[in-house]
Amino acid sequence: MGRLKPNSFAYYRPNSVASALQCLATQPDAKILAGGQSLVPAMNFRLSRPACLIDINGIEALAHVEVCADKVVLGALVHHQQIHEHPSIRQHFPVLAEAAGEIGHLAIRNRGTLGGSLVHADPASELPAAMVALRAVMEVAGVDGTRRIPAAEFFVGWMTTALDTGEMLVSVHVPLSSSSVYGFAEFARRPGDFAYVGAFVERAANESGAVTWFGVSDKPEYRPMSALPRDAAARQAEWQQLAAKLEVLDEPRMRRKLAVVLAERAYQKVEEAKIG
Amino acid sequence: MSDAVISASGRTPVRMEVNGVAETVYVEPRWLLSDVLRHQLGLTGTHVGCEQGVCGVCTVLLDGVLVRSCLLFAVQVDGHRVTTIEGVTPDEGLSPIQASFQRHHGLQCGFCTPAMVLTAEALLRTHPNPSEADIRDAFSGNICRCTGYQFIVDAIRGCSEEER
Repeated sequence: MGRLKPNSFAYYRPNSVASALQCLATQPDAKILAGGQSLVPAMNFRLSRPACLIDINGIEALAHVEVCADKVVLGALVHHQQIHEHPSIRQHFPVLAEAAGEIGHLAIRNRGTLGGSLVHADPASELPAAMVALRAVMEVAGVDGTRRIPAAEFFVGWMTTALDTGEMLVSVHVPLSSSSVYGFAEFARRPGDFAYVGAFVERAANESGAVTWFGVSDKPEYRPMSALPRDAAARQAEWQQLAAKLEVLDEPRMRRKLAVVLAERAYQKVEEAKIG
Repeated sequence: MSDAVISASGRTPVRMEVNGVAETVYVEPRWLLSDVLRHQLGLTGTHVGCEQGVCGVCTVLLDGVLVRSCLLFAVQVDGHRVTTIEGVTPDEGLSPIQASFQRHHGLQCGFCTPAMVLTAEALLRTHPNPSEADIRDAFSGNICRCTGYQFIVDAIRGCSEEER
């Protein structure tokens, strides 16, 4: 028989963002429950002992995928497997769909949510880095209204975001880009495990580019490149130079090496995507 | 559905359809679905291993979708449909997937098997003729320490080919 049981908590199931925010403002030590794929394990271990859970799964307004003229808006409750399979996401952001398919396992992806992953801000997780790479903007709601935070400013450190007390993430706005091509690669010891290191590489139309690493430090690491070399040796030197300057938290030799290897693999995906 | 509030120590009725039967159970918010299935409803085919979402033995179908029952509170399932291994097992004999597991020696101790069978159910609904890569990907979230997985892959392939 299992031995891991959570502490007692009051349970609140609001049917709108407004009443969720109201609860967040009035209940001390309340936590939002979305997919629960990271929160519930932490509660089962009693590493997390919230006094109140606000279950937002019933708020239909948070479960949408909306394609606009210049962006795609993803609700906070969109599941990882939906991101992986959604035709519009596969069409506009194939790299996001691919990365979402690397999260955990099928049963985890069926339940885990975009918003949950982003606010959890595990530095080894795919979606925060994907949103930084794609220059997405977070829409955050509080009792006083909403505000928008660029992904690069949203992730401030180890499992820490720019969300203020009483705020919740409601949606993510991912801008459409006709000129940039992206590639993604990661390394994990077993399928479904958290990645040791992963990389998103972008090539823009003017031969500039960027690399965004995750798993190397306490948050996604975005590095713009004024020129993304087509020459393999020059590119390798560029990856090495950028990786050498990363502030790696542990196992720095291995992680820097992986950062170089995975940036190159992600670049190769860019090349394949251009041909395809 | 209107806003619902349940105090930490209070019990609340949860109405769910379990294996086609309407059930009402009275639960505390902190009770996990895996435990409620086993202890309140006596459905002990749902096993409990790691209780942190890693091992996969507590996997059930929620509204037809594969989920970990140790990472869900029973109170969240109010108004939803749960399918456990008991729900896909015929009154007499074995389901085609279960028979294929038996034929291909896809189990030894049997602890992981109920979740393996449910994962196979979910996979074969979306991929009637899965490739070996599809099978290995779908089963990457179910740990088996006996078989080495090869016979499980054989069982799924055997089943999908026979049903074709």
